Amino acid sequence: MTGSRIRARGWGWQHAGRDAPAVAGLDLEVEPGERVLLLGPSGAGKSTLLAALAGVLGGDDEGDETGELTVDGAHPSSLRGTAGLVLQDPQANTIMSRVGDDVAFGCENLAVPRDEIWSRVRHALEAVALDVALDRSTAALSGGQRQRLALAGVIAMRPGLILLDEPTANLDPAGVVEVRDAVARVAAETGATLVVVEHRVETWLPVVDRVVVLAAGGGAAADGSPASVLGAHGEQLAADGVWVPGLPVEVARGTRHAGEALLELDAVRSGRAGEVVHEAVSLEVRAGEALVVTGPNGAGKSTLALTLAGLLPAVEGEVRATEPLRAPDVREPRPIRWRPKQLARRIGTVFQQPEHQFVAARVRDEIAAGLVALQQPKHEIAQRVDGLLAALRLEALADANPFTLSGGEQRRLSVATVLAPAPRVMVLDEPTFGQDRRTWTELVRLIASLVDDRGCSVVAITHDPDVERVLGDRTLRLGGTAAEHGGLAPRAERA
Amino acid sequence: MTALTRTPRGLDRVNPVTPFVAAVLYSVPMLLTIDLVSAAIALGAWIIVFASAGIGPRTVLRRSWPLLLAAPLSAVSMLLYAEPGGRIHAQLWLIVISDQSIELALAIGLRVLAIGVPILVGLVGLDPTRLADGLAQVARLPHRFVLAALAGVRLFGVLGEDWRQIALARRARGLGDTGAVRRALQAAFALLVVALRRGGTLATAMEARGFGDAERTWARPSRLTRADAVLLLVTAVVVALAVGTALATGSFRPVWQGAL
Repeated sequence: MTGSRIRARGWGWQHAGRDAPAVAGLDLEVEPGERVLLLGPSGAGKSTLLAALAGVLGGDDEGDETGELTVDGAHPSSLRGTAGLVLQDPQANTIMSRVGDDVAFGCENLAVPRDEIWSRVRHALEAVALDVALDRSTAALSGGQRQRLALAGVIAMRPGLILLDEPTANLDPAGVVEVRDAVARVAAETGATLVVVEHRVETWLPVVDRVVVLAAGGGAAADGSPASVLGAHGEQLAADGVWVPGLPVEVARGTRHAGEALLELDAVRSGRAGEVVHEAVSLEVRAGEALVVTGPNGAGKSTLALTLAGLLPAVEGEVRATEPLRAPDVREPRPIRWRPKQLARRIGTVFQQPEHQFVAARVRDEIAAGLVALQQPKHEIAQRVDGLLAALRLEALADANPFTLSGGEQRRLSVATVLAPAPRVMVLDEPTFGQDRRTWTELVRLIASLVDDRGCSVVAITHDPDVERVLGDRTLRLGGTAAEHGGLAPRAERA
Repeated sequence: MTALTRTPRGLDRVNPVTPFVAAVLYSVPMLLTIDLVSAAIALGAWIIVFASAGIGPRTVLRRSWPLLLAAPLSAVSMLLYAEPGGRIHAQLWLIVISDQSIELALAIGLRVLAIGVPILVGLVGLDPTRLADGLAQVARLPHRFVLAALAGVRLFGVLGEDWRQIALARRARGLGDTGAVRRALQAAFALLVVALRRGGTLATAMEARGFGDAERTWARPSRLTRADAVLLLVTAVVVALAVGTALATGSFRPVWQGAL
């Protein structure tokens, strides 16, 4: 199998109903077998280009195409099985209920003879090092396993072109390495052309041999070997949101003044349907302090977060709100017993999947919804919404539908909605998933200022070592060792 | 995987399309008559058939328990409200318990079980993937339609978790204080939006793997074997035995002749 050749000549695409093209005037040649990392600021059309190369951009009613884009000399939508695409959301890549069937799906569609399908399936699973039974349920796989399964499904089709759209953005560090290594092995073995979109450059440097930077206005801003592109444009790329290696992010923190306890967890074990998912946790959540909760996938971090936030009852132990958090008018100490309005005013929660939180048709109304429910005066609501739109850089999207935003924008919006009623405790589940360097910095700066300037308490569930470094006033590591008080590692003292 | 989602032993060699055909073959004649004899014989025959096929009473009960509630309910309503006939035992306003209503109650209750139990045992927990294979390869339904439906079935499981998350998220945002109906409607709408988006991405993922109208092959063969013939034959024998005995003993009572 040899790789495919990509050629773009003045190519552009404008989604139906949008004012500006997603991509315009792109000239690009990719030789067979090249491994390209595609970079560029948010909105430069990276995902659009990948979808076009995969032939799934849709027909004339979905948008307008200009110029010429070919894979192996033909328009991508006329090719079947030449290009394989892996999407960012692991859930979105799974089609069938069982591992073997999912890998076989693409082969079936390409009318591969039955005996050959199963030998391809076994070989593809081997190539991505996914060592599970063929009849294993796909629902039981971790995020990293799911992405490798998707990759296996793609390579079983023997494509000349493998397209990866932020394949590791939603994974924990172990999952990132799993997927990256699988891609490296597959690329070396098949000789397929590879195009990866990813903000986290460092992960992919060992795999790629060329970096192409798309410009926000259209066309390519830089193109060359990783060393030359990152050397010449590193600062600019970092400013555009790319995680350039060697340029660590810094967010300044104020002086720490941990205040009164707001929540007390007493030997809490949480879970669903009476089944506990983590060891007993006893700790205080204090004003003016950020607590970072880390641990491998499946350690029970998200479930603990929901329990701590008064959304799930603790299976064992108790979560209690202290008098300062209950003030002025709540007597019940257990947040799980509070009415929704009492809760939203005191403890805010940002969910892992932002779209579960959305209730309105416009970004502006979305932020206002909680305040309207609390019956705040109209002009105060408007003022507060405008402030949050600006702080989270969502002004330009004020009238957009929340569901049409990109993943990173949705996450910022969900943070804004929770900030609106000004709760004293904020629980954030993976607040930096899918954020580029720029929005990451804005988000973390905002969270830090809530803690340092407003005396809020933040509990952040995260896999992101940079979040832990900046926000981890204390760290709770779930999974494996006992997480009693001893498991709480205080952060190195701040200057 | 719970026991409910597994195909019971004895049925796992049958093509999933066959139980559907057998269900029609069986239920149409059985719905034509309301008598005790045919229902009792059929129910007894099925229990023997299941036992000899390795489907134990526990499996049968686990699959058909809703009927154990439905059968007495329909029997009681017959007992109290059926057209009276014969000796009258008790009477209270519209309620009349007579010889005829007692007999009808027994006949109806037994019939619900006789028709429902074997159908539920045969159809509950059919593996959706095998069913789709059968519908496309054996019943020759259009594969595009069948596979899209199959992918949709998998989404259902995901949507259950979405629903729980949406409910929690609304509470977290202070939006749960309105009336229960309004709250459920809003959450249902949110779920619909999430479902449409999931459906959209799923369609893209399927298309990216070459899914379309073109001729395709099937990794899992789905064909009819002797086991399917056996199932249909057994069904026919049970029907013939049950209805035949009812006819021979004169207890056959066609529905169109109404009560006694």
